[in-house]
Amino acid sequence: MKSNWFKKWDEGNFDLTEETAKSFKINTKENKEKKFKPIEKIVEKENKSFEMIYPVVAIGLALVMISFFLYAVTKMPMFGDPNTPANSSEVIKRYIESGLEETGAVNIVAGVILDYRAFDTLGESHVLFTAATVVTLLLLAKKEEKEDVKEKEIMETDPILKIAAKVLTPIILVFGIYVILCGHLGPGGGFSGGSIIGAGLILYSVAYGTERIKKIITPKVYKIITLSALCFYSFAKCYSFFCGANHLETIFTTGTPGAILSAGLILPLNIAVGIVVSLTMYGFYCYFTRRHI
Amino acid sequence: MLEVLFNNRIECVAVILFAVGYVTLLVSPNMIKKIIGINIMDSACNLFLTSIGFVYNKTAPIVVNGDTSMNTYINPLPAGLVLTSIVVGVSVTAVMLALTYKMYEKYHTLNLNEVYKINHELEDKEK
Repeated sequence: MKSNWFKKWDEGNFDLTEETAKSFKINTKENKEKKFKPIEKIVEKENKSFEMIYPVVAIGLALVMISFFLYAVTKMPMFGDPNTPANSSEVIKRYIESGLEETGAVNIVAGVILDYRAFDTLGESHVLFTAATVVTLLLLAKKEEKEDVKEKEIMETDPILKIAAKVLTPIILVFGIYVILCGHLGPGGGFSGGSIIGAGLILYSVAYGTERIKKIITPKVYKIITLSALCFYSFAKCYSFFCGANHLETIFTTGTPGAILSAGLILPLNIAVGIVVSLTMYGFYCYFTRRHI
Repeated sequence: MLEVLFNNRIECVAVILFAVGYVTLLVSPNMIKKIIGINIMDSACNLFLTSIGFVYNKTAPIVVNGDTSMNTYINPLPAGLVLTSIVVGVSVTAVMLALTYKMYEKYHTLNLNEVYKINHELEDKEK
């Protein structure tokens, strides 16, 4: 039964929410036509007093919450004080004083999130991937709907937007690639660079429609690239943690700090994260505007 | 006490922003405005975390000239945590917006009170 669902969904001839509703016997399309039509005039019912009291109670609750939190803030250490427990702990000392030596990354934050705490970032990428999957499940259009959606696409856009997109898109994409590749040498990294590239793709598809982007980013390419980037991340990190825990030599060395090919795994991991983030951002835009990539 | 509050003014702003988001979430019946409220709360948490890591007269944690002493750089840990938090916030927002899209498709309204009323009427009809 379930594999049948998946096959139908993959062919694009399936609405998951509809099918789930059918299995729970709530309003499906057949029932909907019998019982439910969009109601134009809403009957004003009782509960007037409730609607009056509710905002007052909510604001009162928020004020109580603010006073509790402000009282907590008065007990907190001073802002910008170097001797607070958060700023002078052993962990921070280790990160700053031997981070460059141990990870090879000039940018200490990149070293922390992609080397010391790489499982954190791995989970984060998977959260993003899961969100993309859920959005796909909810919003992917059925086959017969796709034609309708296509007609709705606005092809005649503003000439100013078109020229601006033509000039800006290459610059944005190159800047995004720079931010990803220099994530271990300065401010930047996979997430910020990926968002920049995603923004560039969105700008281009707003101005010129999807015809040209579709030649490169098809649904199949989207699936394969995202999944392989995530798998690469998982396997690379498993390898490095396995070797590190057993005191084995890894093939990824820290190299000379400051060189582009240094810092071991951080550069390839940044690239993988950047690919996932940029494609996911573009995918969100596609699903919300025309319900397919 | 006021002196301390003035010194920790960024934390105070974060607390007030959090409450603003909370009130938006509770009071407004519109789903999009509720999502905006959740996003404001998210930003307030991020502001609070980053303000904890800040130290006067120190620079961002990017090693310059091989200088790796504690007195030069601010705390790198909150920055990493906030980076994670931002991405999770984006994912949660996307899922919420997709669910709202589906809700609008079904009920043709974004107002939660009207959704409750429509559901009540449906139940009455069934009886």
